[in-house]
Amino acid sequence: MSYEILGMAVLWTFLFGYVMIASIDFGAGFFNAYSKLTGKEHILTKVIQRYLSPVWEITNVFLVFFFVGIVGFFPSTAYYYGSVLLVPVSIALILLAIRGSYYAFETYGPTGHNGYAFMYGVSGLLFPASLSVVFAISEGGFIEITDSGPILDYWSLFTSPLTWSIVVLAVVAVLYISAVFLTWYADKAGDTNATNLMRKYALIWAVPLIITAGGIIYELRWHNPDHLELIIDLWWMFAISFIFFIGSVYFLIKKKNYGWSVTLLFGQFAFAFYAYGISKYPYLLYPHLTVHDGFTNDTMAISLIIVFILGFVMLVPSLYLVFRLFLFDKRYIQGDK
Amino acid sequence: MLFDDPVFGSRMLTMLTLSFHIIFATIGVGVPLMIMIAQWIGIKRNDPHYLLMARRWAKGFVVTVAVGVVTGTAIGLQLSLLWPRFMELAGHVIALPLFMEVFAFFFEAIFLGIYLYTWDRFENPKKHLLLLVPVAIGAAMSAFFITTVNAFMNMPEGFEIVNGQLTSVNPLMAMFNLATWTKVTHVVATAFMTSAFILASIAAFHLLRGSKQTYHKKGLHLTMKVGLVFAIASALLGDFSGKYLAEHQPEKLAAAEWHFETETEAPLIYMGILDDDQNVRYALEIPYALSILAFNNPSAEVIGLNEFPEEEQPPLFIHYFFDIMITIGSLMIFLGLIYVIGTRYNWNWIRQKWFRFCILLGGPLSMIAIESGWWLAEFGRQPWILRGFMTVDQAATQSDHVGLMFVLFAILYLVLGIGVVVVLTRMFKQNPVEKDLASLQGGEGR
Ligand code: HDD
Ligand code: HEM
Ligand code: HEM
Repeated sequence: MSYEILGMAVLWTFLFGYVMIASIDFGAGFFNAYSKLTGKEHILTKVIQRYLSPVWEITNVFLVFFFVGIVGFFPSTAYYYGSVLLVPVSIALILLAIRGSYYAFETYGPTGHNGYAFMYGVSGLLFPASLSVVFAISEGGFIEITDSGPILDYWSLFTSPLTWSIVVLAVVAVLYISAVFLTWYADKAGDTNATNLMRKYALIWAVPLIITAGGIIYELRWHNPDHLELIIDLWWMFAISFIFFIGSVYFLIKKKNYGWSVTLLFGQFAFAFYAYGISKYPYLLYPHLTVHDGFTNDTMAISLIIVFILGFVMLVPSLYLVFRLFLFDKRYIQGDK
Repeated sequence: MLFDDPVFGSRMLTMLTLSFHIIFATIGVGVPLMIMIAQWIGIKRNDPHYLLMARRWAKGFVVTVAVGVVTGTAIGLQLSLLWPRFMELAGHVIALPLFMEVFAFFFEAIFLGIYLYTWDRFENPKKHLLLLVPVAIGAAMSAFFITTVNAFMNMPEGFEIVNGQLTSVNPLMAMFNLATWTKVTHVVATAFMTSAFILASIAAFHLLRGSKQTYHKKGLHLTMKVGLVFAIASALLGDFSGKYLAEHQPEKLAAAEWHFETETEAPLIYMGILDDDQNVRYALEIPYALSILAFNNPSAEVIGLNEFPEEEQPPLFIHYFFDIMITIGSLMIFLGLIYVIGTRYNWNWIRQKWFRFCILLGGPLSMIAIESGWWLAEFGRQPWILRGFMTVDQAATQSDHVGLMFVLFAILYLVLGIGVVVVLTRMFKQNPVEKDLASLQGGEGR
């Protein structure tokens, strides 16, 4: 495997990790706010806080890993994306700040405030929405390369149906992933009310999820036919993803084996996410930047890979420890500890 | 709009974010060590006061870490957003420590999470203490890695540019450049010093408010001693930083010292103002001191600012930052020494209000020294972003929206800053030490 592909595979994997864990977190914040508004607070809040509080900083590092890693392996991305993303990413950062401070101020601090919980919940949906715009931009057609550098055409970006399909998909996916996961988590905690409520949410969001995902493929037909062709070549990966989706919804409907639901959920998104990633190859920014011309020098590539392996060897046991303590320790989940 | 010039806007936004981040980063580097020391003493002497101290510090620490993480993520992305050209070049040469830093963050975050949620889960308290070790190491390592990047910006090494092409990249040489070791050690030592004095301020505050608790007295004693040790280390390492500058970045030292003509037996100029013809007025002049600071030799020759072309001279106002930093550093050593000697010989007046008031000021002053030091280091690099290779004008984004973003982030940091203060004061007001101690004496132990 060439260094480019190895680098991209590692980064994509961490991005996938971030998307999944962060979605659980974002969706949970939204459900929490929603339940406060509709007076079902007592059902959800406890479960959600048990899961979220210890892990949010770790989640954030996955994001940091991705953006530091991509500048390391593909320095030209800093130039192309850095120049054009000032506004969307700054907005995302402000939303992130609202979320980060919520943990600090509400969870560790004294009594909660409903307005804050509400902002927190909404920011959890706006944040993925603002970041998902980057995926739309990477499809090409919104950036013009001028003498003074790349320039983003905001008008065509925000009037493109493709952009909005991606944004909607991001939001729906967040709600779905989170609802499925929390169904399982609440079930483990032995909280029947919360389980039933989350299960209901999961089933509600399953339908729009699959409609918007299909919608994007339809939009690409107009926007970037080359890319669409590559996606069609990978039809089997998307098919597997779809089968996993059906499986996980099946267990939800049958009210059993929620563990399987979550496993299949991860499988579903893994296949879709990697298939999408592979279909984009070799472009980092269509059609201006490919993984080959954006790549760093070999010396740097090798040192980054060595550091990655060393870091990874230390990381896995520590992550395992966290999961054992907070996710799979029955007594912690149930609130005895 | 506010900043029509994107270069100026980018500089100001970088300054804003970093100046805010560094407050929490400094606490993030230093406080885990302090918690560790307190918990260690507590276990060793079986003294519940120190254990409680560790626990209360950790509780407050979580809040500051959260803000540190948020602002750190902001600056991490802003580097690419505001300086795309620089990051493209830097990515090729200095990406290694940046990447390593992420792993340091991972360890810090993971073990901090475990530490905080496992206070009562271990039979053996030493095991719980062990969890702090990776937190402290992770924090110190993240300071180390990011400071090597900053050192690289001052002293770019480990690559060559041949006909506009980047060649012979050596990431380790870039990382361990000439500026690295003075910079890293000074940054880490000052972070320890500042964290200790901030915790001392808090103890002094409670004693001033009339608390008679031995708890606070023990806290004050511990933090002042640790603070003194690191204050002395900071001054020594700062002296090395000065010597590094004299040899390798003479324009920064010359601008900081208003030292215009190259001369031997150079005096050190303290404060003062400059008139239009570069004459120094109302300053305190210490003969030979600059030569000593620069080369440990009263008759050494120190290069003056006039040797450099005008467009490569750093701004002269960094003189004040330098003086503020050194003044505070010396004051804190003095304060620490008086405290330690005073407790030794049981002088009465170190328990008086006015002395405790001085200690109360020590924490905020140390933080001001940190800020001044960084402003000195960063403004003193102007006009370069990568000294000798790339200026800030060449590196900055061309976006028209930087000014607006500056306003947004300024509001954000204001809200976060107020939030931290409000949350921390409320948190500790609702759980005063007296209450925690009472539950300890009730035999509860938690
Ligand atoms: C509590 C904070 C603090 C204190 C008391 C001091 N410093 Fe400092 N100083 C810093 C905090 C700091 C810093 C924030 O950590 C800096 C900014 C950039 C850096 O590398 O460290 C710094 C930079 C810095 C530099 C510039 C290095 C460069 O740009 O490469 C010099 C020459 C000194 N210091 C010298 C001193 C001396 C002689 C001190 C004697 C008392 C001193 N500092 C006390
Ligand atoms: C955390 C403490 C730091 C503070 C308070 C700080 C402060 C500042 C200030 C005041 C400026 C504006 C200087 C000017 O434009 O005249 C600046 C610029 C800058 N700093 Fe720092 N800095 C810090 C650390 C760092 C580190 C560790 C790095 C690199 C990894 C860094 C990278 C930059 C860059 C890229 C600029 C913009 C270019 C420039 O203006 O020179 N800073 N910083
Ligand atoms: C350009 C300069 C800098 C960048 C890009 C940067 C980046 C970051 C990032 C991304 C985080 C969040 C990590 C997470 O998600 O857990 C962070 C936190 C942190 N940073 Fe910075 N940082 C910079 C300067 C500094 C400096 C100069 C220091 C130390 C002197 C420092 C020390 C820390 C520490 C200890 C944390 C952990 C959070 C905390 O305990 O407050 N950083 N930084």
